[in-house]
This record gives sequence, C-alpha cells and structure tokens, in this order.
Amino acid sequence: MKRLLKLSAVAALAVTTLSMAGTLDDVKKAGVLKCGVNTGLPGFSEADSKGAWRGLDVDYCRALAAAVLGDASKVKYTPLNAKERFTALQSGEIDVLSRNTTNTETRDTTLGINFAGVMYYDGQGFMVPKSLGIKSAKELDGATVCIQAGTTTELNLADYFRSNKMKFKAITFDTNDQVDKAFLAGRCDILTTDQSGLYAARTKFKNPEKFVILPEIISKEPLAPAVRQGDDQWFNIAKWTRNALLTAEEKGITSTNADEMKKSNDPETKRLLGAEGTMGKNLGLDADAFYRAIKQVGNYGEIFERNVGANTPLKISRGLNALWNKGGMQYSPPFR
Amino acid sequence: MLTLLRNEKVRGILYQILVITGFLIVAYFIAINTAHNIEVRGIKSGFDFLHATAGFDITESPIPFSPQSTHWDVFKVGLLNTLIVSFAGIILSSILGLIIGVSRLSKNWIINRLAAGYIETFRNIPVLLQILFWYNVVLATLPATRKSLNFFDSIFINNRGIFIPNPIFEPGAWLIGVALVAALIGGWWIHRWAFKRHEETGENFPAIWAGLGLVIVLPLLAYLIMGGPVHFDYPALKGFNFQGGKVFTPEFLALLFALSIYTATFIAEAIRSGIEAVPKGQKEAATALGLTPIQSLRFVILPQAVRIAIPSIINQYLNLTKNSSLAAAIGYPELVTIFAGTSLNQTGQALEILGITMLTYLIISLVVSLILNWFNAKMKIKER
Repeated sequence: MKRLLKLSAVAALAVTTLSMAGTLDDVKKAGVLKCGVNTGLPGFSEADSKGAWRGLDVDYCRALAAAVLGDASKVKYTPLNAKERFTALQSGEIDVLSRNTTNTETRDTTLGINFAGVMYYDGQGFMVPKSLGIKSAKELDGATVCIQAGTTTELNLADYFRSNKMKFKAITFDTNDQVDKAFLAGRCDILTTDQSGLYAARTKFKNPEKFVILPEIISKEPLAPAVRQGDDQWFNIAKWTRNALLTAEEKGITSTNADEMKKSNDPETKRLLGAEGTMGKNLGLDADAFYRAIKQVGNYGEIFERNVGANTPLKISRGLNALWNKGGMQYSPPFR
Repeated sequence: MLTLLRNEKVRGILYQILVITGFLIVAYFIAINTAHNIEVRGIKSGFDFLHATAGFDITESPIPFSPQSTHWDVFKVGLLNTLIVSFAGIILSSILGLIIGVSRLSKNWIINRLAAGYIETFRNIPVLLQILFWYNVVLATLPATRKSLNFFDSIFINNRGIFIPNPIFEPGAWLIGVALVAALIGGWWIHRWAFKRHEETGENFPAIWAGLGLVIVLPLLAYLIMGGPVHFDYPALKGFNFQGGKVFTPEFLALLFALSIYTATFIAEAIRSGIEAVPKGQKEAATALGLTPIQSLRFVILPQAVRIAIPSIINQYLNLTKNSSLAAAIGYPELVTIFAGTSLNQTGQALEILGITMLTYLIISLVVSLILNWFNAKMKIKER
C-alpha cells in the first residue's frame, strides 16, 4: 500500500502537467486544504478516539485553512511516514506538509520545497531504560539504537557517534509506532528522535517512569511546515499565517478576545486582524483572514499550551519556543 | 495502394506499426513531461547522488559498510541482503514444501490432515501479516541480552538475535577448501560409479555414506596436516551487546521464517498436484517390481512429479524473491528498505532510485527464470 502510494506519487509527477502558481486557487476551488501530517505523534499530530486530528502540527493546518477558506475544519489530513512525506508534497497530493519536519540545507535546495518558518525549535535526544543505569550519551558506545528511517535523526546519530569515536548499531523502522514497539520489546538499548518526540513517545508507554531521557541534545532540529517551491503566493500565505500566530501572542490576541482586539488602539493589532490596512488582501486572501485563524485556532502560545504545554501529558516548557521578548527564539517580522 | 491495404498481411503489419508508434509517442510524452516537471519544481535529478556519502548506518551488511560509504554501497548492501534472504528462503521453502507436499498425500490420516491444515492456514494469511507476526513472536519470546540462552558458552540466543562462533581462516586454510572441493568431486564420482555398477550388476553400494565420509574425512585431514589453521571467534557479552561471532538478527530470522513458511504452502501444493498427475499405473508398476513405498516414491514417483511441478515452483521462487521487499515493515536492510527507502528519503531522488530498484528486481527475476527454465528443459523427460 505504502509502496503503491509512493509509486503513484511518482507517476503523478510523470503525467500531470504543472500549473506553477495556483495552489491558492486550487485550494479555494476544492474548498478543502490538503495537509500532510505525522501518522501518530502525541502533541504534534495524532487522531483522537473520535478520529479527529489534534496537535501542534495539525493546528497549523487548521489556522491555514481558517485563513484561506474561513473554516478551520476544512482540512483533509493525509498521515505520512517520514519516507513518503516529500514525494507527497512534490507530487501535489498535499498542499502543505506540516509533519515535524526539520529544515535543512539539502532539503531546502534539492527537494523542490520551501520551509515556511519554524513552528517548533527542537533537538535530538536519547531515551534509555532506567535499568541500564546510564547518565550520559557519552556512555553509549556499542549500543543498539532504534530509529525511524529517512529522518535527519538517522544522519545526526551517525555523525554524533563518529565524532565521539563510538560504535553503534541502528535498527530502522518505517513508523514511530514500530520504533517504539521494538524499543519496548528490548530490541534496542536506546530510542532516539527529536526530544519532543521522546516526550511524546513516553506518554504512550505503560510504565513511563522506567525510562529516562538523557540530558544531551546532539543537533538542531527546527521543525517547519513546508510547501512546494515555485508558488510564491502560496509560500507567502504559509509564512505569514505562521507569523500571524506569533504576532497574535506577542500582542496578546487570543481566540477569546479577538473580536474586542479589533477595536484596539494598537495599529499593528488592527492591521493583523484586518480592521485596518490590506494585510490579508496583499496575499490574495480576505481582509480578516488572520482574524479568523486566531479566532478559530488561537495564537501560538495557546496552540503550544493546548498540545504540548504544562497541562498536557508531554509537559514541555516553552524553552527555545518562548517568544523572543520572553527569552525564547520565536520571532515574527512585523505586520506592516 | 488500396489493394495493398486489403492485403491481410500488410494490414496486420500496419496495425502493429500504428500501435508501436502510439506507444512510443506516449512514452516520449511521459519522459519529456517528467523531466520538465522536475526542472520546474527545482527537484535535483541525475545519478550523481550515487557517489555521495550516505551518512547513515546499516545493521547487517555482508560487505564492509560505514556511514561514510556512498549510496552506491547502500545499493550493493541492499541487493546482497535481498539475494541472501531469497536464497536461504528458496532452500528452506523447497525442503519444507517437499515434506508437506508428500505428507499431504499420506495415507496416515493425522499426517495428511496436519499437512492440509498447515497449507490452508499459512496460504490464506497475507504474508506481510505473517512477517509481522514472526517478528513479534521472536522479539516477545526470546530473553533479553543479559538473560541469553547459553549453549556451551559459544552459542547465545536472545532478542537481539542468534549469536554463533565465526570461523576465522588463517593462511594455510586454503588446503581445507581444496580438500572439500576434492571430496565433493570424489563423492560425485563415487555416485556415478555406483549407479553404473548398479545398472550393470544390480549390486547396491552405499554411495551416500561413502560420499559423506569423504566430505568429512578429507577436510579434517587437511585441517590436521596444516596444524589447525582455523580458529573460532566466539561471541562474548561486552557492554550493551554480544560482540564478535556471527549473528542472525531477529529481522532476518523473522523474514526468512515468514517467507519460507508462506511459500512452502504453494510449493507443497505444486508437488502434490505433480504427484497426483503421475499416472496411477506407475506406482502400481513400481509396487509390482517389489519396490518399497519409499523406494517407489524416491525412484519412480518424485522424479516424474518434480518435472511436472517445476514450472509452478519457479513462479514461487520468483514470488519469494519479490516478497522479500516486504521486509521494510520490520527493518531488515534489503534493497527496498534501505535503498528505495532510506537512500530515497535522504536524497529525495525518487524517480532515479525507484527506477534502479525496479530494474534490479526485473533483472533478478529474469535471471532466476532463465536458470530455472534451463533446468526445466534439462529435466524434461527425453523422449526417444
């Protein structure tokens, strides 16, 4: 099935003629945004018991749909594993890839995609069973590592062990679930992925207290949504929707007070919400596009707290993902 | 001109030319369009990536491999692993299939029903599920590294695999190889001689035992003469895992089991239908000659049954080879898992990599079927 998907995506590359610009028109015509997400990563994208998708990556798609189509629920989610994701985007099966994907030079330059600004600053970490008594990643020489195939983690791991002159064996699987299962079955000593992914995986374990996450972070993993290269208008929409969510937090605009804030005295707030200026129109959207996104999905802080924050099983603190004026790195260019 | 068109032969050729031209035009359009789309979308293309550093590691590799190796090395490792698991699977499934197929026709009710049950069960469950099942069984039932099953301190079994001592050949070990080859040739010669003598005089000679003795005694002699040039690298628990020795990983074992058990059902059915297609009179004639049931099976029925079964068994061998690509589900590093999987994802060059992979499978299949067709032609009853 998966191979079929990959093949058909390649086939699509072969037979479709390409309308270069026009993702916006296509989405509007279809009345639904096609969004590629993770097959299952708590806090980032996971289908709940009712089959509704939830998570930080999912909320980005919802905000984008609210901005473009006026309704955050008009999203068609395509769960993708790491290996399928870029082909799905290249071939046009999805309009936006919002699937904890690390922005790297190679991906940006050779895959025909563009990254629309970081949604989550992450870094690769290690999880081990407590029973091994390991305190640092430097003690991992000779270990067997469970890992998801086709990820930056796979490459970082090889680099890290090589630069520390350590040996390892990597067992690679297609999906997160298979990786977790093999780790729990004792097939490997270490589980490695982005640290947020480790926290997310641990929430699913039966005895989470039996596992520790080592302090070392061995890489930079800026997770960013991506769109196809060559459609600047759509790229701009994807970028500025993310920026709008950040600016909304900075200006204190939330899903509950968005209406009142339209009457705010702050000119940038007014511009963002479409009460003044032509911000939405510049992008080919309605004037109140970002107002709808914020109203229906919330600002970046709300999205973060709802999905991965202190009151969720993941209990991740803002850290690097706090706003720039609160000690973090999340920063949006001005709405001007 | 019109008369020419009315000519059936000319018309036939004309139609064929039209069809081929149409096909070529479509193929051309697809190729041009793909190239254009790739360029417009800014996707990198070409085969330069094959010489780029892979950057990731592979669990099991018959040739030296490190993260500094290239994607071309990844391809070679993947291909070799595919061939290894397919070859082992073909051997195992043939043995299993032959036993089950013969049992299926046994007069013993229990054996007969057991074989039928085996066939109906494993033939009707998708092979992907079976692979996952065996993988989970292997992982769940075997103990953790520190609680390994220990056989004489040299063989260890745990959920990281089966660890066995690895023979290390020193200079001088060549004589053992020579002795083995000599023993095999000698064994074959004895077999021929015994067969000829049997034809002429009717006397039996235990050729199998003589051959077996030769194969054991000659290399042993060579080993002693050269002063024991082989020693074993024993697996030992160091740090996290067993180091040294040779290891069969759970991924390999699960895939091998699943493919062999699944394919054996089809081979068993092919053998059964082959046996049933041998005219009843053959068996009766064999019995009339005074052959025991085993002898009649071995010398009269099976040689004819196998001839009938070979074409469909060839198909099953090809299927097994192709099914090995399902290993992606459990992470056995064969061609599809690491080359059309990891390499594809790290380079993003889907068209090139899938193209190479498909071509490789095509070549493997064609070669296997060429060899077996040759074998089939050789085995056919030579009618004089």
